[in-house]
Amino acid sequence: MDRVAFQPRPTESAAAKVNCFHCGLPCVEQLVEKDGKAFCCDGCRLVHDILLESNLGQFYNLNEHPGIRPPGAAQGEQFAYLDEPPTQAKLLDFTDGISSRVTIQIPSIHCVACVWLLENLFRLHPAIGDSRVNFARREVSIRFATQKLKLSELVALLASIGYTPHLTLDELDRPRTRKPFDRQKLQIGLAGFAFANIMLFSIPVYLGLDALSGPMLQKLFGYLSLALTVPVLLYSAADYWKSARWSLQQRTLTLDIPIALGLAALFAQSTYEIVSGQGEGYLDSLVGLVFFLLCGRWFQQKTHDRLTFDRDYRSFFPLAVLRRSTAGDTPVTLAHIQVGDRLLLRHGELIPADARLVQGKAQIDYSFVTGESKPVPRSPGDHLYAGGRHTGGLIEVEVLKPVSQSYLTSLWDHSAFRKQRDDPINTLTQRYGRRFTRLVITIALGSALYWSLTSSLGRGVSVMVAVLIVACPCALALAAPFSFGTAQRWLARRNIFVKSALVLERLARVHTVVLDKTGTLTGSAAGKPLFEGSPLTPEERAMVSSLAQASTHPLSRQIHTELAEATPPLAPTLSHFKEIPGSGLEATVGSRVLRLGSLSWLRQLGIAIPDPSAHPGSTVGLAIDQTFRGAFHLGNTLRPAVAQLLDALGNRYPLALLSGDQSHDHDAFRTLFGPKADLRFNQSPLQKLEYIQHRQATGQTVLMVGDGLNDAGAFQQSDVGVAVVERIGAFSPASDVILDAAQVPALADLLRFARRTIWVVRLSLGLSALYNVVGLSIAAAGLLSPLICAILMPLSSISVVLFATSATSLAFQRFGLTPAR
Amino acid sequence: MSVLLILILASLGVALLFLAGFIWAVRSGQFEDTSTPSLRVLADDPPPAGVASNTRPPNAKSS
Repeated sequence: MDRVAFQPRPTESAAAKVNCFHCGLPCVEQLVEKDGKAFCCDGCRLVHDILLESNLGQFYNLNEHPGIRPPGAAQGEQFAYLDEPPTQAKLLDFTDGISSRVTIQIPSIHCVACVWLLENLFRLHPAIGDSRVNFARREVSIRFATQKLKLSELVALLASIGYTPHLTLDELDRPRTRKPFDRQKLQIGLAGFAFANIMLFSIPVYLGLDALSGPMLQKLFGYLSLALTVPVLLYSAADYWKSARWSLQQRTLTLDIPIALGLAALFAQSTYEIVSGQGEGYLDSLVGLVFFLLCGRWFQQKTHDRLTFDRDYRSFFPLAVLRRSTAGDTPVTLAHIQVGDRLLLRHGELIPADARLVQGKAQIDYSFVTGESKPVPRSPGDHLYAGGRHTGGLIEVEVLKPVSQSYLTSLWDHSAFRKQRDDPINTLTQRYGRRFTRLVITIALGSALYWSLTSSLGRGVSVMVAVLIVACPCALALAAPFSFGTAQRWLARRNIFVKSALVLERLARVHTVVLDKTGTLTGSAAGKPLFEGSPLTPEERAMVSSLAQASTHPLSRQIHTELAEATPPLAPTLSHFKEIPGSGLEATVGSRVLRLGSLSWLRQLGIAIPDPSAHPGSTVGLAIDQTFRGAFHLGNTLRPAVAQLLDALGNRYPLALLSGDQSHDHDAFRTLFGPKADLRFNQSPLQKLEYIQHRQATGQTVLMVGDGLNDAGAFQQSDVGVAVVERIGAFSPASDVILDAAQVPALADLLRFARRTIWVVRLSLGLSALYNVVGLSIAAAGLLSPLICAILMPLSSISVVLFATSATSLAFQRFGLTPAR
Repeated sequence: MSVLLILILASLGVALLFLAGFIWAVRSGQFEDTSTPSLRVLADDPPPAGVASNTRPPNAKSS
């Protein structure tokens, strides 16, 4: 610590290179020093002190700059609504009045150090017991003494060290008790265990060892195998019996019927052979079949822990807002908001219900709700729609409608949200399976009839059983799960997350592609701002860059990113920084006054501005010392490679654009989309849904690509909904595919890949059909023995699995989807 | 022959023990989160209580 004395004080230019010891962000606005460490703000220093005092300094050894900048002073009262009994009853996993356990989502968990710190929370507060992090879900589960620490205090404690919990409206409805154990894993485990042991008993029999050991041992092996098979049939294969019975009741033919028939025939024949002492039966094939089938099911159910595909507006809305009442300002849960309530909204907060602005000047960003890309200014008396994000100072609003009946949320009452979208009956495998089932039953009955008439009834029955055994469509049932499962895994590596295998099938059938504009084709961070005016010197660029950096406004961020790329990192220190919401930024650097903001604001300050050139999007003016230097043009910037994407898509699919935005970019998009495409602007969420419905009415399979809540209805109505997210794990409305924004140009490749995957499935189905033909001819020739069955069954299954996975992987690499960042 | 019989039953018994272990592991939720434990082991044991230091202890061998 002596070093501090000799260390020169950071000069203004050196300050730029100092990154906060806690959070790693550059120290721009402030530089707080303590013990030779630099911090970007008092908040970070405070967290650092708290951690050191609680003997948690290890946190900083686990990762470089592991901390998260705390959002500001968090107080217990801010979360007081969490202590209300009804809210608490829904949030807590468990409580007995003395200790409770709660599981909270914390999106900012990002590294080893976070896991370590959150699992050592007990050092921070004596009332905290053990805590466990689930990194994949970004969740922490904490046990705490209820009487010594309130839930609101616990949450405030987490927020104070930077781990602000993600508390949204849907938290209240989330099921608190998880399934006690995973049934499927037990089923697979049991089947695998029985499979291995029965194989062990069968090998000596196949090798003819019973000649040495005598029939006694053979009988023992037989009965032991039988004993191992019964639990497999009753427990592991339970789902096949159930679904076969279900499809009989529904009078539909599914692939589960021949599977169940095959299992039953195998078991009956084997039991008969073992009990009567005629042979050893087919039990190893039977149990192996169940094992492979279950593995296929498991492989197909690829889940993405961080992602949820079924979110609605409730996981976008906060759990509580600040309500103004005569008793003071208290936070209330959204469920308790009534018409006429006065709510206080701070910078960056969401409007929870349709409301009227009472006090303050608001800038509402509706981009996620309506698709309108520019924040709109609102003054007292104006109507505000739910879902808009408020930027600027504190405002007061009066609630006009309950949360569930607002402009946006009432969308969820539409009938599109009640229809069952995944139709498991109409999949490729099931369509193929129906034909297959008919054929198998016909052949089985036909041969039984033929042999009963020409030979004896017993002969007929045994041939029928042989046909059912051989025709058991194990390989067939494995083809699709392994192709689709492989495809999903490959796509997930490229940050394209597909909800289920059925989605891939629907993707391959897409006929029309409908795209949203704001946030989908255009991105907030995607485009480069264009500077128009007298060129800036490097020092000026650096000054403007650090001015822009000091603000969190999206436009300032874009300007900062653009300037920071081109200039050496010598950010000068700002003083007298002021952000005037809705107008601009102002600060002094040395002796010069910098202003960055709207042109009208600069004019008001008496700065002469020449008439700006017409330019779509937003314009930000720059003035240094009362002289106008130029303007940055931003906004509505296309993501990279969108033109090529639309070209590739347009060659094959009819295209349409649905935008909630004004039509000021109509001409630009007409050139991009070509003359045939349908371009619609000013679309409400409901109009988008109805447009999709209209396209579907003509028999088209529609793909909808969008991002915001305003596309939620269209997603639900469309055959495949693709949600574009800027950050994996961020909120996206219910959809079938979640796509990283950087992968938008890969959409055309995704569609081609889906079609290719369907091809692979068809080929695999053909391969398995080949095995069935071979097996059937062996059975018909009367040559079917347990040994042949034991070879043919795994051979067909494994070769189909190998083919399906490797062909899908090959297809994926052929298409070379753009690598993830 | 009876030796074979004993061996077979013993092997089956051992296998059943493993199955029971597997069932216990699944039921107690050990397969629920497979990613966090791989991060958890990376964290060293914290420094002994009372030493408020955030410097890594020297890489001396400790038992």
